[in-house]
Amino acid sequence: MPNLKDLKTRIESVKNTRKITKAMQMVSAAKLRRAQEAAEAGRPYADRMNAVMANLAGASADAAGAPKLLAGSGDDKVHLLIVATAERGLCGGFNSSIAKMAKAKAIELLEAGKTVKMLTVGKKGREQLKREYEDIMIDHVDLSEVKRIGYVNAQSIAADVVKRFNAGEFDVATIFYNKFESVISQVPTALQLIPASFEASDDAAEAPFYEYEPSEEEILSDLLPRALSTQVFTALLENGASEQGARMSAMDNATRNAGEMIDKLTIEFNRSRQAAITNELIEIISGAEAL
Amino acid sequence: MATIQFDLVSPERKLASVEASEIQIPGADGDFTAMADHAPFLTTLRPGILTVKAGSDVTEYVVTGGFVEITGEAASVLAEEAMPKSEVTADIVNGLVEAATVAAEGLENDAKDTADKRVSDTKALLDLI
Repeated sequence: MPNLKDLKTRIESVKNTRKITKAMQMVSAAKLRRAQEAAEAGRPYADRMNAVMANLAGASADAAGAPKLLAGSGDDKVHLLIVATAERGLCGGFNSSIAKMAKAKAIELLEAGKTVKMLTVGKKGREQLKREYEDIMIDHVDLSEVKRIGYVNAQSIAADVVKRFNAGEFDVATIFYNKFESVISQVPTALQLIPASFEASDDAAEAPFYEYEPSEEEILSDLLPRALSTQVFTALLENGASEQGARMSAMDNATRNAGEMIDKLTIEFNRSRQAAITNELIEIISGAEAL
Repeated sequence: MATIQFDLVSPERKLASVEASEIQIPGADGDFTAMADHAPFLTTLRPGILTVKAGSDVTEYVVTGGFVEITGEAASVLAEEAMPKSEVTADIVNGLVEAATVAAEGLENDAKDTADKRVSDTKALLDLI
């Protein structure tokens, strides 16, 4: 039988854990709200950008002189996987679900005889993929110092990717991130960045015939890198909201589990105490009877 | 007077959404003014000052690039960076000039021309604020 003092310390320690997980949950809830607001604030820009790009790209994708970012390098040999994860753990399956998806894709590509390169954003994904793929990781973007993800962060990632693409380092780029559905559901998503693909939204159909200044091609080549930054930015924002959502529900679970454990331990503690009392009584009574 | 719906959005937030009577826009190939019933038009922006007139209210924004989409009823400006002119200081603009200068280094031909134009456009901003 565990002694009473041990039980008492264990109960205290689980109570402390519960306090911490509860606090983390509340912090995440506050951060989630902010992250969601940021994601929503970025939506008008991203939507419009997408609509215009879909419009422009649809017109000139098949043309011979289409920009490489849109048409691709004409090859499909070297793939770049951009894996965007969180900088911190303790958020349930958030990081591993992205890492797992990226890993599956990497295996599939390698089996098909393609070359795979990886660029990681966020420490946790790198840690998970490092063991197997360290030799194909070309770069890592550290966002741990960034309090609030800004467009500049996305811009620098996108600029780096475009530079590498222009240098012929890869043919296809795909970004992996978690799309925020709700607090309890985040969907790992793969989005192809290069060659760029734009899905026309529903209201794109009524796009009028625009006059372009400068020419359509020039606008397209000017906007493509921006559109790419926007896609990366959207992915990072979605990821940010997903991370907080995942952490919130993970911490909620942890708090509940700690509560159950405390109840269990308390019952055990009370039983042990009762047993000790009964024991003592028996000793006294049997002592008295012996006289 | 007829008005035109004006939206100014940056990647991070929506900066303005008003019914404007006229909007002066620094387009890549020259400034122009958009009013109600403007022909559908799409152009890129150069760094400059965007002026919005809504009745007697005049608001000015500093924009650094992006594009404008104009239909007869609405003008949407998608600016990469946009700030109300009153918040812009010489330091901020100097930062932009520096960034543009760094970006222009080591480029060739067309890319160089574009980058150089950006440098001169941002420098011109210094006199405007």
